[in-house]
Amino acid sequence: MPTEQKYKENVVIKNPIENIESPVLKIDDLSVSYGGDKYAIQNVSAGIAKNKITAIMGPSGCGKSTLLRAINRMHELYPNTHNKGGVYLGNENIYELNPIQLRRKIGMVFQRPNPFPTMSIYDNVIAGFNLNGIRLKRSEKDEIVEKSLREVALWDEVKDALHNRGTFLSGGQQQRLCIARALAYTPDIILLDEPTSALDPIATSKIEDLLVKLKKDFTIVLVTHNMSQAARISDYSMFMYLGELVEYGKTKQMFTTPKDKRTEEYLTGKFG
Amino acid sequence: MNISTEISDRKMKQRLLKDKIFTNVMIFLAFLSGVPLFLILYQLAIKGYRQLNIGFFFEEAPDTMEAMVAVANNEIIPGGIANGIVGTLIIVGLASLIAIPLGIICGTYLAENAGGKFAGLVRFIVDMLQGVPSIVLGVIGYIWIVKPVTNGFSALAGSVALSIMMLPSIVRSTEETLKMIPGTLKEAALSLGVPYHKVILKVILPTGISGILTGVILGISRIAGETAPLMLTALGSTVVNTNITEPSSAVPLLVWEFYNDPNLVNMIWSASLFLLLLILGLNLSAKAIAKKWKVQY
Ligand SMILES: Nc1ncnc2c1ncn2[C@@H]1O[C@H](COP(=O)(O)OP(=O)(O)OP(=O)(O)O)[C@@H](O)[C@H]1O
Ligand SMILES: [Mg+2]
Repeated sequence: MPTEQKYKENVVIKNPIENIESPVLKIDDLSVSYGGDKYAIQNVSAGIAKNKITAIMGPSGCGKSTLLRAINRMHELYPNTHNKGGVYLGNENIYELNPIQLRRKIGMVFQRPNPFPTMSIYDNVIAGFNLNGIRLKRSEKDEIVEKSLREVALWDEVKDALHNRGTFLSGGQQQRLCIARALAYTPDIILLDEPTSALDPIATSKIEDLLVKLKKDFTIVLVTHNMSQAARISDYSMFMYLGELVEYGKTKQMFTTPKDKRTEEYLTGKFG
Repeated sequence: MNISTEISDRKMKQRLLKDKIFTNVMIFLAFLSGVPLFLILYQLAIKGYRQLNIGFFFEEAPDTMEAMVAVANNEIIPGGIANGIVGTLIIVGLASLIAIPLGIICGTYLAENAGGKFAGLVRFIVDMLQGVPSIVLGVIGYIWIVKPVTNGFSALAGSVALSIMMLPSIVRSTEETLKMIPGTLKEAALSLGVPYHKVILKVILPTGISGILTGVILGISRIAGETAPLMLTALGSTVVNTNITEPSSAVPLLVWEFYNDPNLVNMIWSASLFLLLLILGLNLSAKAIAKKWKVQY
């Protein structure tokens, strides 16, 4: 089927960096390969808007996680990765930064809640400081823990059990704890890879509310399988297909008048 | 009631009966396999309890004349196994000091580089090591340490031989434990900007601590009762010796010496009982740690 070719002419947005006012992060013609000359994502260009939620959508295997991980270089955990193009945070190419420093500016939350099982709730929140050997006064720690847990609306639920293991919490609470752990470090950007796909609807809606609140302090990039979630909470949406960024724009506009046929078919449930 | 249900009822009863018989046979066989341990413990306790007094733990092994006099007067043999206890503590302690860090590092490497070629080679060597007869390790200790390093039999040589012996259990338990830890934990730490070596030291190893410790204790219990490698290395000593470059006694060596001296034969039981209880205790504590410190992820 020459679908690929058929749709090629329809692609309207090719370099949407200009479409985003004051982007904090610029993805510039980025291609990522896990080895060999097969690219998991190809020639992706996009600006990420400050203090907004940007959703990345697309069918399974289209490269959502790869794109997200390329933003804080977590994809480099796999041994044979290489990439072309760049990602700019401010004026710095993140591929020229030290990945350790980069990850302090760009935090990440994963699909499955992954609190550190040997640590208490308290220690999980300040793990970023403790594990990096950053010494804080007791009062500073207390303050960070309380502030972060309040931000994820977990404080009232756990304030009497701060020194219990984080793994005894429910899945939704664990995920909020993981978000608090990422926030505690006050990164500029938080990346979330399907953070609610392992959670029930109530826990999911709590996290969605939370993300909407958090965007006043943080820039959020969210991978989601769930179109209605993207529609509910995101300001901007990307639609990816077969490693390519097919369409990128304001979420409202994309859901009402998609510019590309493939986006439309995906959004109307014809594939995905 | 029709015929078919009647038949299936009867069949059902038969099956339940078979089930019951099978279960009971299994319980019986399981019980049987436990019998030898209790018989051994009983035997040792009956024959050895008379020797178990304070002196048994704090006095050196008696010489054959003292023992002969005591036996002739139908008294308990004076003296104890203090030289063996101290020797065992030193030799096993030193062996642990060598093998534990080495084994954990090696096991961590294997878990972290599971598919690598070099890791495959290391894994193969460790497996081979597991099968080396203990007397051969004694020969190794002799060649490596007794001759070139300590110029004579020594506790150090015994430790080296035993450290090789306990290495495989630590390496494999570390590797198996770490492989079970979900990769998402490592990702969580790396995404906080934690450098790789700190991720291993502060997140991965602490998470696997119960499995690693269990392997360590089982390794210790495995070497604590070894005699053969020590015969060619530590040799034995009639006095308490804390110098690791000198020959040293050990509890299993003492059992062997008691066996070879007709006047001291009565000391075998108490010394064996001590050794057995020590090793049982180690195994039980390994089980307790595995259960109590288990990290839930
Ligand atoms: N570690 C890896 N090694 C090799 N190829 C990989 C690796 N991870 C992903 N890929 C490939 O890269 C492509 C994109 O994968 P990616 O995980 O980014 O997709 P995704 O959109 O996140 O999918 P999903 O919705 O299922 O999570 C896929 O074809 C996948 O097979
Ligand atoms: Mg994914």
